[in-house]
Amino acid sequence: MTSKNRTDQWAGPAIETAGLVKTFGDNRAVDGVDLRIEAGTVYGLLGPNGAGKTTTVRMLATLLRPDGGEAHVFGHDVVREADAVRTRVSLTGQYASVDEDLTGTENLVLLARLTGHSKKASYDRAAQLLDAFGLSEAAARQVKNYSGGMRRRIDIAASILNTPDLLFLDEPTTGLDPRSRNQVWEIVRAVVAQGTTVLLTTQYLDEADQLAARIAVIDKGKVIAEGTKGELKASVGAGAVHVRLRDAHQRPDAERLLRQALDADIQLEPDPVALTARVGNGSSNGAGAAEKASRALAELAHAGITVDNFSLGQPSLDEVFLALTGKSDHAETSPQPPTKQAQQQTKEATA
Amino acid sequence: MSTATKPTNGTDTADLAPVSTESLAALLVSTERPPRPNAIQTSFTFGWRAMLKIKHVPEQLFDVTAFPIMLVLMYTYLFGGALAGSPREYIQYLLPGILVMSVTMITMYTGLAVNIDIEKGVFDRFRSLPIWRPSTLVGYLLGDALRYAMASVVMLSVGLIMGFRPDGGVQGVLGGVLLLIIFSFAFSWVWTMFGLLLRTEKSVMGVSMMILFPLTFLSDIFVRPETMPGWLQAFVNNNPITHLSSAVRGLMDGSWPTAEIAWSLGWAGLFVAVFGPVTMRLYNRK
Repeated sequence: MTSKNRTDQWAGPAIETAGLVKTFGDNRAVDGVDLRIEAGTVYGLLGPNGAGKTTTVRMLATLLRPDGGEAHVFGHDVVREADAVRTRVSLTGQYASVDEDLTGTENLVLLARLTGHSKKASYDRAAQLLDAFGLSEAAARQVKNYSGGMRRRIDIAASILNTPDLLFLDEPTTGLDPRSRNQVWEIVRAVVAQGTTVLLTTQYLDEADQLAARIAVIDKGKVIAEGTKGELKASVGAGAVHVRLRDAHQRPDAERLLRQALDADIQLEPDPVALTARVGNGSSNGAGAAEKASRALAELAHAGITVDNFSLGQPSLDEVFLALTGKSDHAETSPQPPTKQAQQQTKEATA
Repeated sequence: MSTATKPTNGTDTADLAPVSTESLAALLVSTERPPRPNAIQTSFTFGWRAMLKIKHVPEQLFDVTAFPIMLVLMYTYLFGGALAGSPREYIQYLLPGILVMSVTMITMYTGLAVNIDIEKGVFDRFRSLPIWRPSTLVGYLLGDALRYAMASVVMLSVGLIMGFRPDGGVQGVLGGVLLLIIFSFAFSWVWTMFGLLLRTEKSVMGVSMMILFPLTFLSDIFVRPETMPGWLQAFVNNNPITHLSSAVRGLMDGSWPTAEIAWSLGWAGLFVAVFGPVTMRLYNRK
């Protein structure tokens, strides 16, 4: 365990769990989670507060002992071979995992020393990292005086001090302003580009959308959906075409035409001139939906129906999320469950 | 012990230098990991952390400077006339004992520090490192040993000014202080356990006081046990603090109280053997 080799002998997944369970009293915080995360990718664990994301990560990082099931990190059992797991992972917790009373330099030197670097090498490494993270000027300041964005940076810097094979990022951008958020994303991309596997937990859909290759949606301790972004969006089939007519009398005709052209359910809005069509196309660029929508518009024009306004809503992970967790406050705006037809089309479209 | 988080007197991110992804990438490529450090190295590194904390928050030295001075002055002049005829005579008897009392009382802060610190995110990082598990806590105790040494120096200085003249000379005094620090290091494992076991800082404080008051007062620190009723003597004579203060007093007096030294070290060993593993069990579960 004195040196490490990126390519190791292990060719399997970076993380594999089977029926992982953790209970706190009556609360089954993690309730049978199965995950398989390929090495070298960013995997997003998406879910609302209290869904069990952090608990899952803490078990994988050997901080919590599972009450049931199994978890392996690079083939090592997280309970029986915790030490082997620890040599390969790094954790950036939800709350800054650095010592606030210490300065930026001291924090990094402390961790470098703890992982066996000589005093000189530790100070060198700390200076290089602070420089790369744009924190050189704050190096001698206590972390408690850092801004939110700076804390995140020093936290991630501490995590990659030894270039981990697997990096856990637990809600890395919660509470950050958009600018700092983008910077954290940039760092994550740079880390992944060097071959580190990242397990990211987030409540933000766009964050998962931006960074993760695959996503597991987790709610009440269970994985309720898993797949690539495209697959998840497709499973809900929620591209929406919104049409506003000039004349309310033409709405029944428009409804019939749109249903034929789009082959989708048409919803009559409370506004007497508005209609919404759910297009069963989940491909992330929405090209198929756009094509069909323009055809439908042409048919409306051909039938002499005047369209005042038209918009094509992109299917978003938001809709996926709300549909899956059922946590929407606005039931009428949440997408309907996918129809068989819609799914059929989706498969064709993504094929 | 003011470790409370101050509000960020925010440096805005707009002022921040950008992240350099190129140099970041270069840093990430050099993946050679140095050999794993041993238990002693990691413990001393955590000890260094404790010393950095003292450096950044020097106010926390109040309890090893002002508090001991206050105790020496208070008890010497309060009891001196009544118990030994004069404060000057009394201090010859009292000082080693009051030294033991102050330092064992200071050990309590270890539990408080652990209790406050353990909830912080940085512990997640420490616990996910491939290092000898107890070194995080041993580091605290090493930092605290330094505090005990400081308290001892302060009290001895005040004592010397007030007329304390130890017959054991420098050697005896150093021997006594060393024994005291070893004992306190071992005794602190009781507090690390409570620091991990109890949920709030206040409860740690309360429990510590409940234990420390009877332990330090019902000893031979202030008066000789012969003056006490029989049932109390039974407790006092078997109190580890009595053994320790007798040993320290003896060493500073120039005698070599072998039995008392052995008892003190025996108690120290027992504390580590019992409370060390319990602490580590709690630490691993936390």
